[in-house]
Amino acid sequence: MSRKVSRRTLLAGTAVGAAAAMARFPAPAIAQAAPFKLGLLTVKTGPLAQGGIQMEQGVLTYLKEKNYTMGGRKVDFISADTGGNPAGAKTKAQELVERDKVDVILGPLAAFELYAINEYVQQQKMPTLSLAAADNLTQRTPNPYLLRASATSSQAMQPMGHYAATELKLKRVVCIVEDFAFGYEQMGGFQAAFQKDGGCVVNKLWPPIVTPDYTPYIAQISGCDGVCQGFAGSNPLRFMKQYASAGLKYPVVTGETGADDALLKSFGDEALGLVSACPYTLDNPIEPNQRFVSEIMKNYSVIPGFYAAGLYVNCQVVDAGLTKAGGDASDKEKFMAALKSVSLTDTPRGPIKFDHLNNVIGNIYIRRIGTEGAKYGLKLWNKTIHTYTNVSQFWTWPEKEFLAHPVYSRNYPPLTKC
Amino acid sequence: MTPRRAAIVAGIIVLIALPFAIGEDYYINIASQILLYAIFALGIDVLIGYAGLVSLGHAGLFGIAAYIIANVLAAGYGHTVAIVAALIGTLIATAGFAAVALRSAGITFIMITLALGEIIWGLAYRWISVTNGDNGISVTTRPMPFGLSLASPRGFYDATLIIFLLAMVAVAIFVHSPLGVALAGTRDQPRRMNALGYHVWMIRFLAFLFSGFLSAVSGILFVYYNEFISPQALALPASAAGVLMVIAGGAGTLLGPVVGSALVVIVQNVVSAYITRWNLMLGAIFVAIVIFMPEGLVPGVRRLVQATRRAAARRWPRAMASRLRSKP
Repeated sequence: MSRKVSRRTLLAGTAVGAAAAMARFPAPAIAQAAPFKLGLLTVKTGPLAQGGIQMEQGVLTYLKEKNYTMGGRKVDFISADTGGNPAGAKTKAQELVERDKVDVILGPLAAFELYAINEYVQQQKMPTLSLAAADNLTQRTPNPYLLRASATSSQAMQPMGHYAATELKLKRVVCIVEDFAFGYEQMGGFQAAFQKDGGCVVNKLWPPIVTPDYTPYIAQISGCDGVCQGFAGSNPLRFMKQYASAGLKYPVVTGETGADDALLKSFGDEALGLVSACPYTLDNPIEPNQRFVSEIMKNYSVIPGFYAAGLYVNCQVVDAGLTKAGGDASDKEKFMAALKSVSLTDTPRGPIKFDHLNNVIGNIYIRRIGTEGAKYGLKLWNKTIHTYTNVSQFWTWPEKEFLAHPVYSRNYPPLTKC
Repeated sequence: MTPRRAAIVAGIIVLIALPFAIGEDYYINIASQILLYAIFALGIDVLIGYAGLVSLGHAGLFGIAAYIIANVLAAGYGHTVAIVAALIGTLIATAGFAAVALRSAGITFIMITLALGEIIWGLAYRWISVTNGDNGISVTTRPMPFGLSLASPRGFYDATLIIFLLAMVAVAIFVHSPLGVALAGTRDQPRRMNALGYHVWMIRFLAFLFSGFLSAVSGILFVYYNEFISPQALALPASAAGVLMVIAGGAGTLLGPVVGSALVVIVQNVVSAYITRWNLMLGAIFVAIVIFMPEGLVPGVRRLVQATRRAAARRWPRAMASRLRSKP
């Protein structure tokens, strides 16, 4: 969709809305007349575009549902394409802040994009509700203007580790994930929690992000009774196919990206039995989720996954925060404080609130892919088999103890003999 | 004053006045980006346009400079030390680069530079203790040369403009010097130049060093501009973008890389706000350039202007003749 057209229609709509508001409430209308400017940093071109486009659809679904109002103000929505690279993220953040004068930034998608604008949004005191999972930005080097309503990289993998050890009774697991920070942090979380409950990670394999063939890595999977994959984007599809065709039968577990609901239509039988942990699940029967799913399917005929739901929730947080701040986002510190204090019960992912480091506390759903209960024309379905409630980024560790160890990385926790 | 000089002076005045005309910080930042990528493209143009060597690894050199800045600053040294270290470090890396790549020419040269660039990208990605991997390194301060702050968009633009003009002058002097002329000779007739007693390898080596130096300068500006460096800045698309800037603008011209840089930066950052499929549009523009002006925008426009003049002269010979006579 071309932004020019949408902005123009929006402006026209805003003008009409403002005029109507003024006619009805002549006195307090001056502060309310200016639209609330909502900026989105997303990726609409390149390999990350699939998730990035879902992010925009999540925002637009919310805005349409609320008739483009938040906290009693008209919303002017501006979407910017970073192209999925850090320099682009920086330039587009400047565009949103300096040219478009937005009140809040939603996004960006990838951790390296968030790191690229991290200093800048602090200088500008710009409230930023990111989907990116760079753990340390709400842990050891917190950014006071960042609010994460999605999850850290390890937030869902830690319960997965616990579930794999205690319920699936796995003993020895090989981890395989892309060779970048999101992968390291996911597997760090899995390993720490899995080993805490008596499991053992026997090997961690790191194929590059763009690899045509996982076979050389799959060949190294041995000496285990389970596999944990953490692939993102469309890579889980390729991995699961090649895993199945290599004849391996070990049960596979994964995090929020490895079995994203948006991928269900593309998976085949090879994905049957895949167990995943995710902060959002399509099959959640609660009313806010049913409403969200039917709205987004009506508007875009897509099956929403974590990206769309994440941005929809971000919008709910902004709306609630703006309402708390009395519709006034001009004082950034006050607005940020209002955003942080938001706690919601009616989101598609269930109840959420924030810890003092601005990271979300919410449910993590353990799902298993099967055919039973499949809806929306899908053949496969993520069926929730367990729910961990109020999961924080620290899992069950005390915050101090958790923050005392280094951030999860390629080498931490180290592989030990067990 | 010849019209050429007048045009140059007018161009410089326009560039100096640009921030006042634009006013908005965002567009001043875009202008800074155009200039810093123009320096990068100028460096590549030295090789493509004047030496006939297409390099697909220059983003690696650009990135080395940026990473040296980030690391030296993180180690607690000042900006002067960081910048000097980045320039020297990148020159050394360039020498190594050139020593390997210049063993070949043509397609092999392209592939070797591509491989070298990928090696540096891989190092940036995987040598986590130095580069912080995928997450990149933040550089939180900009230098203050002579007490002038570069923190504001305008301050940064002015500094970039000065460096850009110096780079233009340096390239102009270089290509018109005996060394530059000899370089063009090695491009057109390497064996004949060799027979004439020129050391072809050494001439190319020096040109490569100069090109690497310009990449280092733009890499330093890049890291100060973005206040951040991560492996994406070194990846193959960045090198390819530099080559495309040169080819689109016109290889072997001074102005071509600048025009190419402006084209790419504007489409990527300004047009993308209005058109979702800006990548497609950029591709279409490149294809159009190749079809209608295969020599690049700057020489292509020059050709068109001359053709129109000639056509005009045929139609109104007397008026044209009098205009030509009035020329100094």
